[in-house]
Amino acid sequence: MAAAVAARASISDRLTGVSAGRRRTTVDRTMRTLSFVAALLCVVPLGAVLVFVAAKGLPALSLDLITKGPKALGIGGGAANAVLGTLQMVPIAALLAIPSGVLGAIYVAEFGDRRLARIVRFCADVLVGIPSILIGIFVFTFLVLPFKQFNAFAGSVALAIIMLPVVMRTTEESLHLVPNSLREASLALGVPMWRTVLSVVLRTGLPGILTGSMLAFARAMGETAPLLFTALGSRLINVGNLGQPMDALPLFIYTNAREPIEALNEQAWGAAALLLLVVLFINIAVRARSFGRRIG
Amino acid sequence: MTAPSTSAARFGRSASRVPDLVFRLGTGGFAWVVVGIVVLVGILLAASSTQVFEKFGLSFLTGSTWDPVAAVYGALPFIVGTLLSSFIAILLAAPIGILTAIFLAELAPRRVAVPLTFAVELLAAIPSVVYGLWGVFILGPFLASTVDAWLHGALGWIPIFAGTPDGVGLFSAGVILTLMILPTIVAISRDVITAVPDSQREAMLALGATRWEMITKSVLPYARSGVYGAVILGLGRALGETMAVTMVIGNRTALPKTIFDSSQTIASQIATTFSEAGAGLPTSALIGLGLVLLVTTMSLNIVARLLVWRVAGPGTDRR
Repeated sequence: MAAAVAARASISDRLTGVSAGRRRTTVDRTMRTLSFVAALLCVVPLGAVLVFVAAKGLPALSLDLITKGPKALGIGGGAANAVLGTLQMVPIAALLAIPSGVLGAIYVAEFGDRRLARIVRFCADVLVGIPSILIGIFVFTFLVLPFKQFNAFAGSVALAIIMLPVVMRTTEESLHLVPNSLREASLALGVPMWRTVLSVVLRTGLPGILTGSMLAFARAMGETAPLLFTALGSRLINVGNLGQPMDALPLFIYTNAREPIEALNEQAWGAAALLLLVVLFINIAVRARSFGRRIG
Repeated sequence: MTAPSTSAARFGRSASRVPDLVFRLGTGGFAWVVVGIVVLVGILLAASSTQVFEKFGLSFLTGSTWDPVAAVYGALPFIVGTLLSSFIAILLAAPIGILTAIFLAELAPRRVAVPLTFAVELLAAIPSVVYGLWGVFILGPFLASTVDAWLHGALGWIPIFAGTPDGVGLFSAGVILTLMILPTIVAISRDVITAVPDSQREAMLALGATRWEMITKSVLPYARSGVYGAVILGLGRALGETMAVTMVIGNRTALPKTIFDSSQTIASQIATTFSEAGAGLPTSALIGLGLVLLVTTMSLNIVARLLVWRVAGPGTDRR
């Protein structure tokens, strides 16, 4: 490499003069260093967030935080209301979003004609780009306003709308990767198309579909904005009553971080550590598997 | 791209059988759900905000007073807050993000590029509210005592850098947004740069160019519209980002005068006041804000996607 650079420099020296050649190599070296510094700048915040959440959150992350609800009056107790809320609303959202997303993607990838597929795909992309707080308002207008009651079901629907386009796009993509010869082989054996899709195409594409669904699940776990005007949040432990307000981990972090009381801020850090542990675990587990292949 | 069309044609013929037809119609219904949601979001937001637009017309966008008690609604403070915080974010994130993408795609050896790309993806996975928490308690105070103080000291004679930096306000919001949109800009720029054909690079190197000259004179011009697209997608994200901004911007309903002032973006104003807003005009006004945000982010997104598609083809920009 060094020899090559030297050779290049000497040729350019003869063409443009020594100082110009030197300037070009200096610019080259400076800008390459700058790019490296920029890449470091991207990673430093990741490290800083992780370090501080661990340092301030892990000490606050006790068994009480997970098993006890907030005290009815005063300060203390834990985040059980939020943990249980997240454990209910996110899986319900997944139950709504993953089947719809997968079935919708089957249509786009296997049946839809090209123009139609493009419209659906385009709308999925647009939906990903809509700020999640607007999804909250949208769901508010038809699931909260008519009933005059903030409720957990509306929260689940809002989260499902966040998940849907993610599931759909990743599923569609993994279905496109299924080789056509598999479809042909199945059809040639006389298997009807719907069975071919369900037991050959879908099964082959399953790893990709799972990846997409898990990432969408992790994303929904961390969403706060769509829950603000739907599930609203609650200091009470709510198990199973979807018609009433419900808390969630991100909501708990948000409300407790804004209180001017140190004990509550500490609980926010503890909840943040818990949330981040789960979200990062899902992300690392899922991405690590497909990563080497994708980047090459 | 050929695979779906051939299978669609073949499947189209055999779809005459009844179970297949049912399956086809059933899955089709789910596909259209997405289209339905997008259309309905637009219609419902427009319908729920007619009241405020009927009463104030365009002065809703230009009025600088937002006073629910006096029933006067002017969105300008939030529009300015949104634009300024996003502008700060783009100013910081675009150069850092593009340089990082160049480093990852062109310069870094594989064993460096792989973990770095992974780290940037994880940056995108951190929930917004965690960034907010970190922003309020760690980043804000840190900025106040370092960067803010330095900016204020060096450039304080310029009006927009006057004011008291206390770690809460537009500038902190801009920095948090920078972190949150970096992954978008890096990932998409990297994709479009990788999509540039090698012949472009080889030709430039064969002419005796240095690596950097190759990048700026042949790779970037080829990928230009895609990189613009990546930055615009990042901008769209910044405009609509809610939780982290709400937590660090200070939530003050007035036109900001300096970049250290507490302010409010459209999204943060909705987040902090919507659930307590009275029915009728107050709610309608907030949904009107939402409609402004929706139209802006949607148009930016559409433009950005078309730009990215020009370089790398559809499907590279799903992040």
